[in-house]
Amino acid sequence: MADSIRAFAVIAGAWVRASMTYRASFWSLAVGQALFTLVDFVAITIMFSHIDRLGGFDVAQVALLYGFSGFALGVADLLVGNVELLGRRVRDGSFDAMLVRPVAPLVQVAADQFALRRLGRIVSAVGVLGWALVATNIDWSITKVAVAVATLVSGSVIFCSVFVLGSAFQILAGDASEMMNAFTYGGNTLTQYPLSIYPSEVVKGVTFILPLAFVNWYPALYILGVEDPFDMPVAFHFASPVAATLLAAVAAGCWRAGVRRYRSTGS
Amino acid sequence: MAMIEVEDLRRTFVVRTKSGTLRRGRQEILAVAGLSFAIEPGEMVGYIGPNGAGKSTSIKMLTGILVPTSGSVQVAGMDPSRRRTDLARRIGVVFGQRSGLWWDLPLRDSFDLLARIYDVPRPRYTTNLAAYVDLLDLGPLLDQPVRQLSLGQRMRGDLAATLLHDPQILFLDEPTIGLDVVSKTRLREFLRDLNAERGTTVLLTTHDLGDIEQLCRRVMVIDAGRMVFDDTIAALQRVGGATRTVVVDLERPGEPVVVPGAVVTRVEGARQWLTFPADASAAPIVSALASGYDLVDLSIQEPAIEDVIRLLYARGGAHKAD
Repeated sequence: MADSIRAFAVIAGAWVRASMTYRASFWSLAVGQALFTLVDFVAITIMFSHIDRLGGFDVAQVALLYGFSGFALGVADLLVGNVELLGRRVRDGSFDAMLVRPVAPLVQVAADQFALRRLGRIVSAVGVLGWALVATNIDWSITKVAVAVATLVSGSVIFCSVFVLGSAFQILAGDASEMMNAFTYGGNTLTQYPLSIYPSEVVKGVTFILPLAFVNWYPALYILGVEDPFDMPVAFHFASPVAATLLAAVAAGCWRAGVRRYRSTGS
Repeated sequence: MAMIEVEDLRRTFVVRTKSGTLRRGRQEILAVAGLSFAIEPGEMVGYIGPNGAGKSTSIKMLTGILVPTSGSVQVAGMDPSRRRTDLARRIGVVFGQRSGLWWDLPLRDSFDLLARIYDVPRPRYTTNLAAYVDLLDLGPLLDQPVRQLSLGQRMRGDLAATLLHDPQILFLDEPTIGLDVVSKTRLREFLRDLNAERGTTVLLTTHDLGDIEQLCRRVMVIDAGRMVFDDTIAALQRVGGATRTVVVDLERPGEPVVVPGAVVTRVEGARQWLTFPADASAAPIVSALASGYDLVDLSIQEPAIEDVIRLLYARGGAHKAD
């Protein structure tokens, strides 16, 4: 594990140095990405100029949901987002070269072409989150702080796992990056809004099948002191780390199985 | 102990075929069908076979990229698919058709990165890099991004990159593909020296039989996933059906010469070509020619490996050294 982290840092560092040779390009891309993410949120605030509440949530509460989800996806996108290139690597054979190096292939796939500019997304999510914390009247306690911190970590792990699951699938299916995007970026869009606006089937799906609801929804209910409109067990409010651990284990297993079933290309 | 030991290695691929509008067939293809061989430390072995014979598939199983369907593989005492990352420190792999370098990074950065990934101690790295930059003439290329290098330059870069961590075993898959004559010669000289000086074990896959003739004493030929020949180059040239040729220049043009054991196949002025079985001795033929005719010059041509291999494939039998 320590070896993998070190290897990730070494490979990612080389890419950061390479990207820094074009500083202007780096900064414009980073700022661009931050603004791009923020536009999403601006759209939400515009919506709130016509309505007061969405699914029972006011704009600051939605901002909290948005911030948690945006942060989690941002971290996952920065750390492992590049696994979406795996389909291409399998097809052009460069995945073979990774398999004969003494570093876990997942680390190489994730760190290769590491793009620090993706920090932009995290920065804007943190901004929204900061505003939400001020604008909502949360009655803070130690438990709530702990839940909030655990949510940031668990949410990131959940989105990382979704990326890895998608890439494990790509080893077997060639290119499925679009399908993977449906769950990562699509999942992010879905969780930006209070789940109370969706039918209960969707909520069950993102609770029991692909646990995206644990990225923000359940812990936010607890932090905001809002009653669960779907009457799920109260324990779910604190279950994000469990959901993240389970999903990460499943993703790791699928990835290993994928590598063992890897067929390589013809030549 | 053998450096590479392979026992009854098999690999099947499942191919799904369309058979009708909705029905899909399922077909199993045996890409490697029971290979067994052993390679000792310091050997340089040529590995050849027609396209689709299973060369790449078997190399991928030796390097841990592919998991065998059955059979056993030991490389440097390890099972490649179970201990892939440990094995990676001991082996080097060059795929001629693709690069192990980072396309957008300068060559020097690729080398630095690899040295750190492989934990090559700094002094060792500096010495190795200096040696390979010199031997492979990489000096002027170090600061260029890999994508700007020509094929021959990139191949030399790939080779240096693969050797930075002093691998004990080198797998070369088509290393001379697409290279011009000068680059080819240079690469061959480099490989010969590497094998002689560092004792690196080399398994060389190629379509260029010149590579094999100039570098390897032993050659393994596979066809349809099976070993059809595993012996020395000399033995390959003696494989049943292959012929050698004596070319004689007589003092003056004349009738085709008559020599027991050889047949004249071509006459051109004073020059005549006689063929005889490759496994027969040339001595009686040469002495019969020398005693019966006035000779100006005489030479013996070994069979072309291409022809021998064509015979091998056609015959389909197996030949193995004991």
